Amino acid sequence: MSAVIDVRDLRTHIVTRWGTIKAVDGVSFALGEGETLGLVGESGSGKSMTCLSVVRLVPRPAARVVGGEVLLDGEDLMRKSDAEMQQIRGRKVAMILQDPMSSLNPVFSVGMQLREPLTMYHGLRGSAAAARAVELLAAVRIPSPAARLRAFPHQLSGGMRQRVVGAMAIAGPPRLLIADEPTTSLDLTIQAQYLGLLKELQQRHRFAMIFVTHNLGIVARTCDRVAVMYAGRIVETGPVRRLFTEPAHPYTRALLESIPRFGVRRARLTAIAGQPPDLATLGTGCAFAPRCPAAFDRCVEAPPETDVAPGHAARCWLHGA
Amino acid sequence: MSSAGHPRSDPASRLPLQSSALPDRAARPEPGQRSRHWPVVSISIIVVFVLVALLAPLLSPADPYEQSLRLRFRPPVWDERGSWANPLGTDRLGRDMLSRILWGSRVSLAAGVVTVLIASAFGAAIGLVAGYYGGRVDATLMRVTDATLAFPVILLALILAVTVGPSFTNVVIAIAVILWARYARVIRGQVLTLMQLDFIAQARIAGAGAWRVITRHLLPNTLNTLVVLVTLQIGYVIIVEASLSFLGAGIPPPTPAWGSMIAEGRDVITIAWWVSFFPGLVILLVVLAFNLLGDWLRDTLDPRLRQL
Repeated sequence: MSAVIDVRDLRTHIVTRWGTIKAVDGVSFALGEGETLGLVGESGSGKSMTCLSVVRLVPRPAARVVGGEVLLDGEDLMRKSDAEMQQIRGRKVAMILQDPMSSLNPVFSVGMQLREPLTMYHGLRGSAAAARAVELLAAVRIPSPAARLRAFPHQLSGGMRQRVVGAMAIAGPPRLLIADEPTTSLDLTIQAQYLGLLKELQQRHRFAMIFVTHNLGIVARTCDRVAVMYAGRIVETGPVRRLFTEPAHPYTRALLESIPRFGVRRARLTAIAGQPPDLATLGTGCAFAPRCPAAFDRCVEAPPETDVAPGHAARCWLHGA
Repeated sequence: MSSAGHPRSDPASRLPLQSSALPDRAARPEPGQRSRHWPVVSISIIVVFVLVALLAPLLSPADPYEQSLRLRFRPPVWDERGSWANPLGTDRLGRDMLSRILWGSRVSLAAGVVTVLIASAFGAAIGLVAGYYGGRVDATLMRVTDATLAFPVILLALILAVTVGPSFTNVVIAIAVILWARYARVIRGQVLTLMQLDFIAQARIAGAGAWRVITRHLLPNTLNTLVVLVTLQIGYVIIVEASLSFLGAGIPPPTPAWGSMIAEGRDVITIAWWVSFFPGLVILLVVLAFNLLGDWLRDTLDPRLRQL
């Protein structure tokens, strides 16, 4: 199966007063139709920056994609002109952001906001656009969708708003959907519903999905593959099941040990010692080494990506030559 | 023993507390409740003066330009020397005060509205662009704005009056050229806040370009502020126009303008107080009306107070 999205050696740098930060440092992954990649990592590990780099909306002028390729159905997005890129955003690559409270324009009704992409992408106007908007709302399981078109964002709950955002995202319908922590600010019960909805939409439209989260429980339930990010790099990637049962990288292992598990009695949850590294003053070696329980003298050099098993790779000297 | 451990232990003491809380809350006006009523007084004052400005030729009892030296400094009608021929008295050239005030409303209101519309359109555009693009664009535009804000309106108007001669157009230009900077500052500040919100990012991710984001997402979200600012500034501009006229840099005589009428009465205030007093009173009324309307709009349009 050919990949819908194939990211190769993506690099995004942020220039600050204190030096250049390699926010995304050689990230590669590929996803086929209907596949979901879970992008996991601590705050500041480069998850969101990776997503923004894919759609070329990194906060300029400080941040800049400095290298790599992003192939969407074989076409490199990094070579597109700004005008071409505008045609791709929304139509082919859609994104759902974290905060449902501010992701809708407060002064327009849901209907007006839903019709906007329909007009932009498909030239739909008037009753045709309204009818399609109702279909979209129904597709994201909003009850009495026709009546909801007249509602304003402040009249909807967080879960409902996030559904509306979902409806706007599938207006394309897109080839790739990037969901940047879409459930973080939702109630737990709503989270499960929303994840189910995303899976359902994915099955219908067959889009590839990048799911950014720091909740490994969600990854286990929704993703096919996982990429664990640390300090701008993917330190381990593999199929969900394998990564959860046989984590190869000490960081992944530490992450898994810090989740409370139902029915398993442990005296204390293990926390990862130390702080995430300061990306501006990062050395050349393995970025996790200072916090790593298994660090040894080779860790002062940067470890290469090594295959642990088919489709399962890690950047760690424990598995290297 | 703490009551927290036994939540049902004393329902008697809890019930009256709840039942008394309800009517109490209903009786107390909610914040912003008063403001939902129309500001009848200020709107009527504004409507009356707009009508007066439109219908000045019909309403005026006399020609505002007609001089009569025999009738100089006639006091208002309620004075024993006054007459119904000049209800608000006459000025030093014997012109009817009431007629001049009625005609003067044209100049003052037009100056206020036109100036503010020009200034707000230009200022809002600058603010939106500066806030949206940020970085160097923002820095450049904001330095120009700062420089403009540091420039006194009166001085610019005096320069214009001296070099090109005083006229209605020059007054409008002089004030608008300075006033836009306030809009630019306020709108830019709001845009900066809005840019942090996800719906702007979401719009850009959905493929919206700069023009679409600015016109469809940023501008509608700043309209509330803009409307409030416009209303408050109309009052301010009327005062500035009056000050300019007072200084002789405004609307040139003999065109009746409230500011210049006050100026004309300055020298004779001890013997003919009405020459300055009545124009001053109408300026006070109109500016107060616009400010009250602006305050009301601010309260009403505040999304936190807006009801379904």
